[in-house]
Amino acid sequence: MAPPEIRQVVLDILERIAPDEDLTDLDDSVAFRDQMELDSMDFLDIVMELRKQYRVQIPEDEYENLITMDSTVDYLTPKLADVPAGV
Amino acid sequence: MRYHTVIIGAGMSGLAAGIRLAYYEKPVCILERHTTIGGLNSFYRLRGRNYDVGLHAVTNYAEPGTRTGPLAKLLKQLRLRWDDFDLSPQNGSSVVFPGYRIPFANDFAAFVENVCDVFPQQADRFRKLVIHINDYDETSLSNEPASARQVLSEFLSDRTLIDMLFCPLMFYGSATPHDMDFSQFCIMFKSIFEEGFARPFKGVRQILKKLTRHYKELGGELKLRHGVREIMVEDGRTTGVILDDGTEIEAEHVLSSAGHVETLRLVNGEWKMENGAEGVLHAQYSIPPSGEISFNEAIFVLDCQPRELGHDETIVFYNDAQQFHYEPPTEPLDLRSGIICSPNNFRYADGEQLDEGYIRITSLADPDYWMSLPDDEYYPAKEEWGRRMVESAIQHIPDFRDHIIDTDIFTPRTIKKFTGHLKGAVYGAPRKVLDGTTGIDNLFLCGTDQGFLGIIGAMLSGITMANNHLLR
Repeated sequence: MAPPEIRQVVLDILERIAPDEDLTDLDDSVAFRDQMELDSMDFLDIVMELRKQYRVQIPEDEYENLITMDSTVDYLTPKLADVPAGV
Repeated sequence: MRYHTVIIGAGMSGLAAGIRLAYYEKPVCILERHTTIGGLNSFYRLRGRNYDVGLHAVTNYAEPGTRTGPLAKLLKQLRLRWDDFDLSPQNGSSVVFPGYRIPFANDFAAFVENVCDVFPQQADRFRKLVIHINDYDETSLSNEPASARQVLSEFLSDRTLIDMLFCPLMFYGSATPHDMDFSQFCIMFKSIFEEGFARPFKGVRQILKKLTRHYKELGGELKLRHGVREIMVEDGRTTGVILDDGTEIEAEHVLSSAGHVETLRLVNGEWKMENGAEGVLHAQYSIPPSGEISFNEAIFVLDCQPRELGHDETIVFYNDAQQFHYEPPTEPLDLRSGIICSPNNFRYADGEQLDEGYIRITSLADPDYWMSLPDDEYYPAKEEWGRRMVESAIQHIPDFRDHIIDTDIFTPRTIKKFTGHLKGAVYGAPRKVLDGTTGIDNLFLCGTDQGFLGIIGAMLSGITMANNHLLR
């Protein structure tokens, strides 16, 4: 998957976790936490959704990479490089 | 088949935990001894009518679209939408003591003003207490136990006000007599006074059926009429359960909502009673004390809406004595205090209204009395004490006795039958196990003895234990 597809994957996950949030104006360079109501339980869910859907393992000390959309996509790009889009 | 997790009990906490596990594709099975789901909060049909048991109101109410707080967190974790629970807010409730009445609705600022109006001498002190409560992180799993009475007495000097604040919080969640743990006090204070009451139009079945459908759609298994006789343990680690009929079910983890003592009693092995009960020989696990707070509730069906009799309050918490006594009574019931709830008195969407009127009256009960009565005395005693409960309640609401068309009453014996809690302890054991561990590897607790309270709390308990212990 390429970065634009990975971004969509993360957006889909956020939508599933927080269906009442409006994500159309999400700023990719600003922390999720500052734009949405996300707590530690929700971050754990992002990690678990990625594991469920793409078998990506994210160790606990690397959660800090999931702060903004930009940092998340950067972090996931090598991990999802071999995963075909639309899986 | 070997499950990732077997969950004991299809109540709010077990179903919520099951949804989390099933959502993340763990093979999970919920075992429920009874013919129906729900446990303490359940529903039934009797003589052609729907009844709820347990739930008077859902606490922790939040307006649709609210993105913070326990209800929002719960919905996100379960991947449910706000509409799924169909909550309608209360009309308004009150705490009534001799000479004092504090009304409250789902408007915390108004509640604070009402307290300050009724107790002007305590106003500044009360506002400081509210700040202290709001700054306190009551859901931290590492909080040390602290006496709420001790904390409140550091802020407030009026015993009546302290008792009036305790009254609804104790009635709706305290497993301990006289006092509460301060964390538990804060959970209840926020869920009742700051957030408030609501109810689905269809009652608790709306929530339970939604949870069950969601759980099954995610691939979770639910087995009714499957009671657990024993939790298998080898080398300090659980390996599964044995059913009442002797069938063994293997599981990597067991999550039990049966209660702390009740769960440990299912473990094969030997015991020591803590606080030195006699006859103890060899100690492998220690057994904590079980709870003793239980209630009778009389549910009256009326031929009219309570509003037509001049009663439109949702819940009245009353106490007629000089001091509020929250403890197992020496009489079969304590008629000095109680809860009066009308499920009609919520603001249902589009002005919809339940077909018939309901009044539910709840009183503290002596579990030993109701457990030990022979059947031929039990049924007449329920009726007789039900009559006395009404006499006590109509000091506070209009006399509705001429309008009663049906009655059903439950006692500690009923609660024990449906929850398995020893003595019918509604809120479980006095000492909670916040981290849910049992001393046995891979055996965890959820539900009332883990310690999050109320309907929303029960579901959050299942979610938190699943997240912390079973999904890492």
